[in-house]
Amino acid sequence: MTNAKPLPAVDFLKIPETGAPYLEGLKCKNCSAIYLGPRAVCSKCGARDQLAAYKLGTTGKLYAYSIVHRSFPGVEVPYISAIVDLEGGGSLKGNLINVEPDPKKLKFDMPIEVIIKDAGRKDREGNSYLAYFFQPRAA
Amino acid sequence: MSDVYVVGVDMTKFQKAGTGPNVDVLGSIAALGALDDCGLKIQDMQAFYCGNLGQASGMVGQRILQQIGQTGIPVVNVANACATGATAFREAWTAIKAGLYDTVLAVGVEKMSSGLLGGGGGGVGISREGLFGSGTMPAVFGEAGMEHSRKYGTTFEHFAKVSVKNHHHSTMNPKAMLQKEFSLADVMNAEMIAYPNTKFMCSINVDGSAAAVLCSEKKVRELGLMKRAVKVRASIMTSDPWQERDLVMPDVNSCTRLAAKQAYEMAGIGAKDINLIELHDCFATAEILHYENLGICKDGEAGMMIDTGAVALGGRIPVNVSGGLLSKGHPLGATGIANIYEVCTHLRGEAGKRQVQGARFGMTHVIGLGSACGIHILEKAA
Repeated sequence: MTNAKPLPAVDFLKIPETGAPYLEGLKCKNCSAIYLGPRAVCSKCGARDQLAAYKLGTTGKLYAYSIVHRSFPGVEVPYISAIVDLEGGGSLKGNLINVEPDPKKLKFDMPIEVIIKDAGRKDREGNSYLAYFFQPRAA
Repeated sequence: MSDVYVVGVDMTKFQKAGTGPNVDVLGSIAALGALDDCGLKIQDMQAFYCGNLGQASGMVGQRILQQIGQTGIPVVNVANACATGATAFREAWTAIKAGLYDTVLAVGVEKMSSGLLGGGGGGVGISREGLFGSGTMPAVFGEAGMEHSRKYGTTFEHFAKVSVKNHHHSTMNPKAMLQKEFSLADVMNAEMIAYPNTKFMCSINVDGSAAAVLCSEKKVRELGLMKRAVKVRASIMTSDPWQERDLVMPDVNSCTRLAAKQAYEMAGIGAKDINLIELHDCFATAEILHYENLGICKDGEAGMMIDTGAVALGGRIPVNVSGGLLSKGHPLGATGIANIYEVCTHLRGEAGKRQVQGARFGMTHVIGLGSACGIHILEKAA
């Protein structure tokens, strides 16, 4: 049975009934550590029941990357696997698109925008998915 | 608590992934080699710790005893990613320290297939690989290397030089999978797997095993084995303490720093006293990080260490004179004992052409991503 609407490709991507999809993590009320995905206990400070929903920023900076030339069958290469530090806290790993996969084109701390769009992949039932991607942002 | 010594140690010649005998037979070769190395028999062993990843639920230790002698001793099978062998060795050490046994066998063994490790996963729905970056090991360690680049300006060439060095070292190690020189141009122009790691900057998947016989001090003296014995001055295991990018960047640095600090404290010596190191160069980028993590240079000096040859055979602190995982090969569960074999061989003065002259203290280091860090400091017996 195929869903009419796309599904989130990761559990911290939220698709509201109305309005734009967004990324939502958890933040510890005790120590301010930020997490992606569900959990009950803060692994930084050990506090229980102190994790509250926290909307993640949509901009950030490139922290580190690798340019992947060999991957699994069916995965288009080369692509940039990037670590981005988000404004407002937290870090994401994802594909950096709309820039050449060339170290000369990539600068540490370059401004990044987080965009959410179709993942470009379907599951066996034919469902579509929404995923997040990074792209360069004008400073 | 008794001091603990390695009295027997051996490893198989590492061979192309998939070409070795079954895992029980492969493990038995190193086990018998280590027993022969000290003239003991399986009947002399009081316990056996066995490390293997690929068949972690397959009772590999018991199957090894079914090959070499079923004496009824306790067997514990351990798995701890690429720190599996070091974990088996450390459990053997712990058991002797606790006073439970005087003679213990530790074996690490792995049969592998070729190709990329890591990545995949995701479970339901669609594959995440190449959608949310890459979980393949060359990319993960590429990112770890680029983190060092952003801090200190470390270059692709610095990383590539690690591979040139380790491949050169392996030409002197008959047990290495590859014994072949590569120039800097060869390494940098090789197929790019995940920048900045080219093919020759990735460890080689191999079949192999390594084994050690550990004894209490009393037993070593009783058996008259002190002459070639190697003293375990420190045995440390850490897991990864919390870091802010843990969920997107597996951390191999803080667990290594924590383990190194504890190891130097336990041994009562400092980094300057170490004469050789076998460290976890699963990728060329990783080796650079660990010069600083293990304290053999200051933060930011790792590039200089490889540029000046300080970490090459003949340098101030030779690193991976065996050829390392890059050239000797990386049979996951065996690696942690294979590097103990290498250091023991130098401390005994039996390393032939690659001998680190006058070696008294050596260090071994492995990382199991996820993460586990195992460090041992070994000393030539007085």
